[in-house]
Amino acid sequence: MMNYDIVIVGGGPAGLAAAVAARNAGVDKILILERDKELGGILNQCIHNGFGLHTFKEELTGPEYAYRFIEKVLDAKIEYKLNTMVMDISEDRVVTAMSREDGMYQIKAGAVILAMGCRERPRGALNIPGFRPAGIFSAGTAQRLVNIEGYMPGREVVILGSGDIGLIMARRMTLEGAKVKVVAELMPYSGGLKRNIVQCLDDFGIPLKLSHTVVDIEGKEKVTAVTIAEVDGKGKPIPGTEERYTCDTLLLSCGLIPENELSRNAGVEMSPITSGPIVNESLETNIPGVFACGNVLHVHDLVDYVSEEADRAGQNAAKFVKGELSDAKSDIEIVATEGARYTVPSTINVDRMDDKLTVRFRVGAVYKDSFVSVYFDDERVMHNKKRIMAPGEMEQVILLKDKLKEKSGLKKITVKIENE
Amino acid sequence: MEKRELTCIGCPMGCAITVELENGEVVSVTGNTCGIGDKYARNEVTHPERTVTSTAVILGGDKPRVSVKTKSNIPKDKIDAVMKEIDAAVMSAPIRIGDVVVKNVCGTGVDVVATRNVEKI
Repeated sequence: MMNYDIVIVGGGPAGLAAAVAARNAGVDKILILERDKELGGILNQCIHNGFGLHTFKEELTGPEYAYRFIEKVLDAKIEYKLNTMVMDISEDRVVTAMSREDGMYQIKAGAVILAMGCRERPRGALNIPGFRPAGIFSAGTAQRLVNIEGYMPGREVVILGSGDIGLIMARRMTLEGAKVKVVAELMPYSGGLKRNIVQCLDDFGIPLKLSHTVVDIEGKEKVTAVTIAEVDGKGKPIPGTEERYTCDTLLLSCGLIPENELSRNAGVEMSPITSGPIVNESLETNIPGVFACGNVLHVHDLVDYVSEEADRAGQNAAKFVKGELSDAKSDIEIVATEGARYTVPSTINVDRMDDKLTVRFRVGAVYKDSFVSVYFDDERVMHNKKRIMAPGEMEQVILLKDKLKEKSGLKKITVKIENE
Repeated sequence: MEKRELTCIGCPMGCAITVELENGEVVSVTGNTCGIGDKYARNEVTHPERTVTSTAVILGGDKPRVSVKTKSNIPKDKIDAVMKEIDAAVMSAPIRIGDVVVKNVCGTGVDVVATRNVEKI
């Protein structure tokens, strides 16, 4: 069995940033295991610009952003294996992996960082009625075909879901000569950024139909038409509102799900809200020495926050390997309620936390002129007004170690949204 | 008097902004809630600009396409013309991030550059 100080599962933005941080913290033997034939993860196919404004103070495309970190990994001579699938992670941190080149092998890891990212919600999870012809793709699959392989999936397109990837693909397919007829969104608001609605839909006159969903797919071999209808407040189609669009392609951009089969098998405790691991202030799961970061932990809006989070996971894994992380006794619970759907992390051990801890969360609906409030037990200690909060964007509060120490015996921190 | 309706992209508020123009000059901006909206609206009605990103054919590389971008913004009404010039470009591997793919695309004074490395095989 091979031995490594830290094994990182996934060579996307989270895995790369975690590896660099762990190396900078003085860890020698680090191994990144990547399923694809190159490092960089999903960023390689996100060829549009708008990445890195926070991290690099400039607007980069996805491949450029990825390369900034790939370069650091190469410069630091951090080991990585491509075309490698991790099959299993055990509770005592034995990682089983396989590839064509090396066959099946096992690695004993001092610490493991989960950085597998997420995947798109497929048709099967959406319960769309209709036939099952060719021509139905997740938006990300179409993105890979167009941007990496250089193939066009179709010429006449309907898109279900207004997540950012769907919006980006509406523009991309249009620029490549396809006709995008409509984007239908089940919710009464878009899950995508305003900027993408304006620059990917409005710029090209593509209609966005809110509170609409697909009620029928036609076509025996290949999609020939898609019917959409308006939905009522409960998401139920309203009879008589059907509109039929002839098309050869249906793209689905209906949400992302963290990819946690490995975590579950390892016995990592999961959050039913984020579908990601439950972690403490060190981004450590319930299994000591197993950390998580990036979209496998919770789906992020900006890659900059993935890099930042992964940097913390890398540093904490380094501390664990060097025996500098005290026992994971978590004394404070963070509860998200009344508008706040979840928080990452979920628990805090004050002794292990840095001077400042960023707690990230998402809201469950659109809130205007509302307050993000933080309570230490029953005492309100933070009350920040926000002009707007929307489910598509991550929110954060910053907790200071000094403040937590002052309040001895603190058991519960509550994050909630208040009207006043 | 010409009226233009815009959605501000400055933040998730997405204010609905109305701009009134007289002979191409901005007369008024209403509906915005902050200075970002005012600035955005004035730019957007007088000289809207975009960055174009796409892919170009590359021969002899370890990938079939190389991703590219206009190095800075180009006028919005030139997007189609820029796409045509990018589609006509044929590169040879190797190529590095920042290498010029189309010089001075459509006379905009802006170069189209590679956004990823493609190795020669």
